[in-house]
Amino acid sequence: MSRFVLPIVLIVVLAGATLAGMLGSADGDPNLVRIVSSLPRTGSAKAQTDTIVNGIKIALEESGYKAGKFTLEYADWDDATAGAGQWTAEAETANAARAVRDPDVMVYIGTYNSGAAKISMPILNKAHLLMISPANTWPGLTKPDKGDPGEPDIYRPTGEVSYLRMVPTDDLQGPLGAAWAKELGVKRVYVLDDNEVYGKGIATLFIEACQDLGIEVLGHESIDSKAQEFKPLMATIRSERPDMIYFGGTTQSKGGQIAKDMIAAGLDCKLMVPDACYEEAFIESAGPENVNDRCYVTFGGLPPEELAVREGPGKAFVDKYQQRYGKMPEGYAIYGYEAGKVAVEAIRLAGLKDRDAIRKSGLSIENFDKGALGVWSFDENGDTTLKTISGNIIRGGHFQFVKLLGE
Amino acid sequence: MVTCLLWADMDSAGFAQAFLQYALIGLTNGALFALVALGYTMVYGIIELINFAHGDVFMLGSFLALTLIGALAGLGWNWDDPAMLCAGIGMLLVVVPIFCAAVNVSIDRIVYKPLRTAPKLAPLVSAIGVSFLLMNVGLLWGGAADRHFPDLVSRQNLLGEGAAIGFTVKDLMVVGITVPIMIALTLFVRLTRLGKAMRATAQNPVAAQLMGINVDRVIALTFAIGGALAGAAAVIYGLYINTVSYQMGFQNGLYAFTAAVLGGIGNIPGAVLGGLVIGLARAFGSAYVGERWTSALVFVILIAILVFRPAGLLGTRTREKV
Repeated sequence: MSRFVLPIVLIVVLAGATLAGMLGSADGDPNLVRIVSSLPRTGSAKAQTDTIVNGIKIALEESGYKAGKFTLEYADWDDATAGAGQWTAEAETANAARAVRDPDVMVYIGTYNSGAAKISMPILNKAHLLMISPANTWPGLTKPDKGDPGEPDIYRPTGEVSYLRMVPTDDLQGPLGAAWAKELGVKRVYVLDDNEVYGKGIATLFIEACQDLGIEVLGHESIDSKAQEFKPLMATIRSERPDMIYFGGTTQSKGGQIAKDMIAAGLDCKLMVPDACYEEAFIESAGPENVNDRCYVTFGGLPPEELAVREGPGKAFVDKYQQRYGKMPEGYAIYGYEAGKVAVEAIRLAGLKDRDAIRKSGLSIENFDKGALGVWSFDENGDTTLKTISGNIIRGGHFQFVKLLGE
Repeated sequence: MVTCLLWADMDSAGFAQAFLQYALIGLTNGALFALVALGYTMVYGIIELINFAHGDVFMLGSFLALTLIGALAGLGWNWDDPAMLCAGIGMLLVVVPIFCAAVNVSIDRIVYKPLRTAPKLAPLVSAIGVSFLLMNVGLLWGGAADRHFPDLVSRQNLLGEGAAIGFTVKDLMVVGITVPIMIALTLFVRLTRLGKAMRATAQNPVAAQLMGINVDRVIALTFAIGGALAGAAAVIYGLYINTVSYQMGFQNGLYAFTAAVLGGIGNIPGAVLGGLVIGLARAFGSAYVGERWTSALVFVILIAILVFRPAGLLGTRTREKV
């Protein structure tokens, strides 16, 4: 029997090698380009990221999954885990590494959280892979002198810009929020943040603006977003008698519980939250009766409800979205759509299946008008030239547009 | 250092009021931790197993309560009417504990019982597995986002509207339900025949069996009581904190388990004491150290106490484990 063993082993090894070779060659289809997105698809951000992914899909469908001579493929990756309920550094690192390894991946759409972008940006930059974020707002990711020391160069090990974003940043949103608070008659404010890159960043920018505007900042505390309730903290804040509490954080980092515990502690002052709380999940987790008519939300760009009543490409997108999916998109869907459009345009302009060429053509996009946001360009840092920030209030359990800020 | 800060603030008259306020919040939260901690400590006392799934049984209970409230409201139950509200909460406090007891006993029956004679690590790892399993059940049941639990109980301040110290009807509800449950449990274990059987099994299962005690039944009973306590805690938690999510079992379970260890694992008064200490540590930590350090503070206290009293606060005083 033993003389049969060697030939069998040989056959198995050869067959395996042939199969591996065939699979390997399938990877190298010269006309296939893969676009991936890395967003928190598990956890409470899912409702928001569902609509971003839908936005990307609409953009790709409109192009017929074609960009020049290339056939496009889209993969929807998750950077959150069920255990954590939100994005994790491990999942984001794994996604970035996987994108770099796959020779067909030419554009990486993500991330949702600024903290996650900090992790994947340098990994993708080394591979010259174009990254387009539909939602990051921390200024330090792109703007020199607006973030922490060393930013944004630490995210660009090659020295090149490979990261573009669609949304106006927090160095606009934070100060405009403070100016709006002053208009609302706020004189004393207590500031909380969730101790994450985005939340702490925007809270700090809000405080700086308050000091310039003469609003008294009574205190600034970071919360532990794993805590279940904040009743003792609210008792402390109540004794300071603020006109408003500002929370720099997200729905996932307990924005809803803050709103709820304020009321529970007998604090019925105003609450202002930034764009990461602009999602239905925030109202649901806070309980509508706890936020109605007293919770103010700033958001980068115009909200879908407002786009739907203004003539223009924004309305066309919202109508199309409603037709396709049967409901209103969340706030960031339009940026997902725009990111998808930019990805297609960058690949088409480059005309090559080459990461560096696509990165360069993406950065060179000027007076872009094929999307739903109107006409805009990327500046030298990879930021959008759009500077629209809107102010909204929660009324009757829904977000309601109040005004454009800074106009 | 904390004490220094306390004394430095002493000059203001508001300080004593604030101190009392934090103490009230801490004790109320602590009572909730204690109720969950009892389930950990009782099971450990009997079979020396840390039932990691306990927190998730608690989580499932809160989802059942949420579902029941919605269903009853759909049937026309008026939660705003005080009489119907009391009846409704009373009903939740019966149905949810029965459900949690059933889940807990089933887990023991299906997972832990076949491993009774296996090395201690096997049931422990299985418990972690069951915890993840239940967490996913919760994910399917309630979804991934935090769910708002209806604010049914009044927030009216019992000390008068506008009073400096808040002690609401809600706070009273927490204390008014948890304290009698804990007293009843202590009396049950101390005075009844079944309680005696539990204590005997905890001391020495083999000897207890030789004395004619049905050890399997005692263990099942322990799981049932532990589950029922988690169920009651789930209802109160929902009504008090007003947010439930599939992850709350893990976080609260961690605190409750810490409370059980702090008090001396296996010791019933110890679990209650541990729960209260943790509740107070969180409240005072938030007030005088900083909100973001509260979780760290709880575990610093745990480590400090275990260094000086390895058996926990009450671990050595009582010889009986249950």
